[in-house]
Amino acid sequence: MKMLNRSFLVIMALFVAAILAGSPASAADGKNLILATTTSTQDTGLLDLLNPMFEKKTGYFVKTIAVGSGQAMAMGSKGEADVLLVHSPAAEKKFMEEGSGVNRKLVMHNDFIIVGPPSDPAGVKGMKSAPEAVKQIAAKGALFLSRGDNSGTHAKEKDLWKKAGVNPEGQKFYQQTGLGMGQTLNVAAEKKGYTLADRGTYLSLKKNLGMDILVDGDKTLLNIYHVIVVNPEKFPKVNTSAARAYADFVVSKDVQAIIGKFGVDKYGSPLFFPDAGKPDND
Amino acid sequence: MKGVILSVRNLKVSRGGVPVLDIPGFEIRTGEFLSLIGPNGTGKSTLLLGLAGLIRKDRGEIGFHGKPVENGARLLDYRRRLAMVFQEPLLFDATVYENVASGLRIRGMARSSMRPVIEENLALFDVAHLSSRSARKISGGEAQRTSLARAFATNPELILLDEPFASLDPPTKEAIVQDLGHAMRIRGTTAVMATHDRMDALRLSDRIAVMDGGGIAQIGTPAEVMNQPVSEAVAAFVGVETILKGRVRSSAGGALQVEVGSREIFCAGTCEQGKEVLCFIRPEHVTIYPEGSRPDSSARNVLSGTIRSVQPIGMLYRVSIDCGFSLNAHVTGQSVDDLGLLPGKGVTAVFKATAVHVIRKPGA
Amino acid sequence: MELILEGIRKAIWLLFTFDPEVLGITWLSLKVSGLATFFSLFIGISLGTVVALARFPGRRLVVSLINTGMGVPPVVVGLFVTIFLWRNGPLGFFELLYTPTAIILAQAVIATPIVAGISLASIQKLPEALRLQILALGATRIQMVRMLIREARLPLLAAVMAGFGGVISEVGASIMVGGNIKGYTRVLTTATVMETGKGNFDIAIALGVILLIFTFCINAILTGIQQRERPR
Repeated sequence: MKMLNRSFLVIMALFVAAILAGSPASAADGKNLILATTTSTQDTGLLDLLNPMFEKKTGYFVKTIAVGSGQAMAMGSKGEADVLLVHSPAAEKKFMEEGSGVNRKLVMHNDFIIVGPPSDPAGVKGMKSAPEAVKQIAAKGALFLSRGDNSGTHAKEKDLWKKAGVNPEGQKFYQQTGLGMGQTLNVAAEKKGYTLADRGTYLSLKKNLGMDILVDGDKTLLNIYHVIVVNPEKFPKVNTSAARAYADFVVSKDVQAIIGKFGVDKYGSPLFFPDAGKPDND
Repeated sequence: MKGVILSVRNLKVSRGGVPVLDIPGFEIRTGEFLSLIGPNGTGKSTLLLGLAGLIRKDRGEIGFHGKPVENGARLLDYRRRLAMVFQEPLLFDATVYENVASGLRIRGMARSSMRPVIEENLALFDVAHLSSRSARKISGGEAQRTSLARAFATNPELILLDEPFASLDPPTKEAIVQDLGHAMRIRGTTAVMATHDRMDALRLSDRIAVMDGGGIAQIGTPAEVMNQPVSEAVAAFVGVETILKGRVRSSAGGALQVEVGSREIFCAGTCEQGKEVLCFIRPEHVTIYPEGSRPDSSARNVLSGTIRSVQPIGMLYRVSIDCGFSLNAHVTGQSVDDLGLLPGKGVTAVFKATAVHVIRKPGA
Repeated sequence: MELILEGIRKAIWLLFTFDPEVLGITWLSLKVSGLATFFSLFIGISLGTVVALARFPGRRLVVSLINTGMGVPPVVVGLFVTIFLWRNGPLGFFELLYTPTAIILAQAVIATPIVAGISLASIQKLPEALRLQILALGATRIQMVRMLIREARLPLLAAVMAGFGGVISEVGASIMVGGNIKGYTRVLTTATVMETGKGNFDIAIALGVILLIFTFCINAILTGIQQRERPR
């Protein structure tokens, strides 16, 4: 019995230790900030640069949950995230109208590009209009890979199909990966298909892909990121001070400068263009 | 006479609503060796488990040294004063030494004081040389010896043995039976053993209980049970091969004359005239002589007959004789050769009046 | 092919230079899955033993549930644990979502039926009479249970390995409840998925190789135990 008691105590001690070790930050209440964001901000490595700076400056602990913009907003609309960094303007407006978010701020942009195999079987290279390009891909029956995950990129892509007047759903040339941007690019490269990507993720993966930018520069391809603080009045558990601090941080002058230079050393051109304070049309 | 160590009263056990054990009562005296014999499924093992307090009983009472064994602490204390050995050795996956130590460890004995006890008991069953071997890597006989050593290590007052030799080959069994007998004698342990082998029971027992259909049909000394079975079922199990239905023709001075078919046999006993009876004759008690010879014997029953069959049964032969009724005798191979015993041959069969056990025919 | 070779080269490089991030991820994986297995053993062996030894109404249902639980996909567990741990969920008050504790919890939920099922089977496989023998040796019920567990220790060790192997290689639940947060809840499997997504195949392969080494070691030990000579 003595033995049994001792092992029981050890187990209890381990359990307590596990809980304490498991959540160092939650020990100090209100120190956690849940940032729900899109995969592109994580996959490019931008957040790996920004978040430690923020943590160091403010003492908050950022829990980055990288999912599609759609899912990020779904988390926000249930109060399961504190702050969102997303790029799906139409859905964002709906999110704001529902009252799920407060204080939506323009952060940065880059652009979407249509990428495909260098052989370009649908012959879209150099086309000026993105909707016309996807229309031609559909007409030629060339394989197109879609994220299919309600992400910002997926939303933009659906927008293109709508403008092109084509319904790709269920058609043979159209396949949905259900994966993040990086993985979808890999699948497209492997299958020699076309896809819509954000320039940042494309550039960061470029070396292994063997895919070319075929269409860019169309105004409809603009990829705009906003930061949104989840409405604390609707969800009292939201860490609103941390969320506001984060929103202020990403639009601050210093951070905007860092965003503007991010990736230049590695890819020769920036991955994102800082936009904070500029007029927001979307 | 030593005192009563264990008493059973009104013990009833059922399994799935079916009664499997119904024992009005019996007692076991200190130092006694009691065997439970009977065919499979008659409740021997169930009774042993009942005695050990290991099964749920419908009702009844087990008394140990005159005090009832109840549930809880009293039951645990009781179990720590007995030991049990099963047909399978049921050793733990550890060394032989650790197995023998297990009962002592359960009792919380200090490791240092265990050693002499364990060594003594390993030696008692001749497994000291296996001490550090894994119990998984020894022979069946060695395993059963270890199991016995484990049981004796706690120095039990009462040992319950459930078919302990049933899985052993004859020479191994022989050696273990001897060692067990020795251990019982020097320790003065009381034992109850369930066995389907009446020879084992005869060798070891002070008393034998014959079980039948969940009850005890007869309990008595080996001689009583073997020679004076109380029923046809007991008779059949203890090895009576000739069971004759008859009618008492005369009864005088402790001697009976019983009419069996067209013949008459003489028996010792008392019974009213005209009663229907059963006569039991053990095959070892029948001797065979050549036909027509008048044996030099005081035996009262001398019957002529014809051999119907001769079958080998181990060391002996079973000779079945038609002498107006069927009579079985066990004879040696030597006798079969000397007398030229073959089916169809005429012989004289002889048995004493005292060799016939007479009981009233049930229901008559 | 070149990519794989490059990946393996990178893996060896990362391993032997003790890259702090890779080491951290590996250590967290071991810690999280180890603790999850530990708790699942505690609950699983108790549950398995009780179900193996006790007779009660509904026992067959419990056995079926355990056997079903052994095959529940980790993502389903992840989903339910996430829902429970949400801030506004039933256990939201603990603020455990996206913490290592949440991964431990989810993995323990995944491993417990595996451990319980193997414990149940191995205790049940012991001879029925062994229980009676142990009680006849004078054991209390607790002593009996401990001796039975000791007797079944080899298959129970297999339960440990199966449980640990199952959770350390699991990705679905870990990413859902842990969130793959850098330096905090990023374990080998979630990091592999992420690095693949980022196109860092060399690092992904390196992480995969590390995971392989662990699963190989586990299986080697398991096979060693199974092949241990055990004549009847």
